[in-house]
Amino acid sequence: MNFWFDPVNFIAHWLTNLFVSWGAAGWLASSIIQLIGVVVFISLMMVLDIFLVWVERKVVARFQDRLGPNRVGPFGLIQPFADIIKLIIKEDITPDGADKVVYNLAPILSLMSVLLLWAIVPLAPVIFGVDLNVGALYIIAAGSIGTLSIIMAAWASNNKYALIGAFRQVAVLVSFEIPMIATMLIPTILAGSMGMNEIVNGQQPVWYFFLAPIAAIIFMIAAIAELGRSPFDLNEAESEIVAGFHIEYTGMKFGLFYAGELLHAFTFGGFWAILFLGGYHFFGLENLGPIVAVVILLAKAMFGYWVIMWIRYTVMRIRIDQMLAFNWKFLTPIAFVLLMLTALMNTLLRGTSSVVYIIGMLLTNIVLGWIIVEILRGLSRSEREKVEGVATTTATVHH
Amino acid sequence: MTGIQIFFLIVGLVILGSALMVVTTGNLIHAALWLIVTLFGVAVLFAILDASFLAVVQVVVYIGAIAILFIFAVMLTHKEMRDRGPQLSNIWWLNAIISLLTFGGLFWMLQSWNGYSKTATAFPSNYDAVGQLGKALISPDAFVLPFEVASVLLLAALVGAVYIAFNPRSGDSRK
Repeated sequence: MNFWFDPVNFIAHWLTNLFVSWGAAGWLASSIIQLIGVVVFISLMMVLDIFLVWVERKVVARFQDRLGPNRVGPFGLIQPFADIIKLIIKEDITPDGADKVVYNLAPILSLMSVLLLWAIVPLAPVIFGVDLNVGALYIIAAGSIGTLSIIMAAWASNNKYALIGAFRQVAVLVSFEIPMIATMLIPTILAGSMGMNEIVNGQQPVWYFFLAPIAAIIFMIAAIAELGRSPFDLNEAESEIVAGFHIEYTGMKFGLFYAGELLHAFTFGGFWAILFLGGYHFFGLENLGPIVAVVILLAKAMFGYWVIMWIRYTVMRIRIDQMLAFNWKFLTPIAFVLLMLTALMNTLLRGTSSVVYIIGMLLTNIVLGWIIVEILRGLSRSEREKVEGVATTTATVHH
Repeated sequence: MTGIQIFFLIVGLVILGSALMVVTTGNLIHAALWLIVTLFGVAVLFAILDASFLAVVQVVVYIGAIAILFIFAVMLTHKEMRDRGPQLSNIWWLNAIISLLTFGGLFWMLQSWNGYSKTATAFPSNYDAVGQLGKALISPDAFVLPFEVASVLLLAALVGAVYIAFNPRSGDSRK
């Protein structure tokens, strides 16, 4: 067993031998090593999370034509640590009338729902937590725990603004889960499995982004909605309901929500990369070694995260009725039509050569996209005519 | 006693304990949260039995949708969210008789069951349990009829919900 080609198993093997030589039973040694693996992995994710605070602040500054943190350390890299110290030494307030247990449990559940997702992320061909055969559904299941944490936080805070935020968030999540599931089923159809490893390996000649571009876009939109980021940040809408569900939280409890949100965005960038951008595959570079593969996946996840930030800081918040209409009248029908079309075309083109298959899939998407654009154009034209007709009549009345 | 048996017993105790809390706690939201613990315990039981699909669906459907709708309904319908109404309904004696009869029936049935000491056979490697389940759901020899009946029922519920929400007098939902 070689360290370069299988680092995690190499270390695990070495540790097992060490523990057994110290006199531990085999099963005890392997359980301890798995526990160590989980703790080390989660710690690495949390360290990455600290770095994400800096990334987010720098990127938003660039989008808003500012410099961002630049005083503490080189490029302001030490800034997140200053933020953490500030969060830790803040007063920890639990409001009167709050439900103490639920109130304190909610931030933990919120971060947990994000960390749970990393259990199924294939970082490299040999580095992954577990190759679950229902991976796509697992993502939704972990997301539902996140929803629960928001409801718990809002209810336990005993605050009206918090409760309004939670109501909105649940409305968003319950509706955007549907296009999300439907678009996650498209890589499942293409790969023939719900497991993340098989989906990644199914993208060996060509990424699913080119076989199902519309699905990739819808997944990204649904992911942003699930994250509760602008334009879907109705749950915390500062200008209307102050901060939504985490209004009463102070110090590190708020920090957990904040860290969970950033890591969640990065995680969904990662899932976008895994489902549609080929995961750790990048022109055969991943064969150099698992560490290179991990770097490739994290770079792609960072790209997905950048797209999420790009949309967040470019598009403004929409109203809840617009958001629900957008989901139920636009995304959901498209997602279902796309799902049926993909399943049909996949069955029809399965026997053909891969070139015909790729071109056929891409053409299907282009034709569907063209039809969607045409329908939208017709709708907006009739809407515009309605408004313009009203405008001309009022103008004549005025004259 | 193997590790998995100890784990099963712990999970079973958690399920029973939290189910008891669901019916004894006075606060409706707390009852819903305890219900979530119970449902999560059932998902863990599915996971122990290698039924990963059922385990995940249990979390998605029961925790992600049904329990959250419970909490939502309680939050929307109760003015005072910490109210403590009477915990026993008027026909509690009837419910007690029915639950006792159910328990007695199950107990009597399991008396004659001899599968306690059996261990589950492990799946052969590369066994596609999810694929088998999917094929069974659409196979005429297996469950296609119940599957379709359930789909039609859900569709009818969907149409009914739209009908109730749609106000014919306004004609347009935007007005």
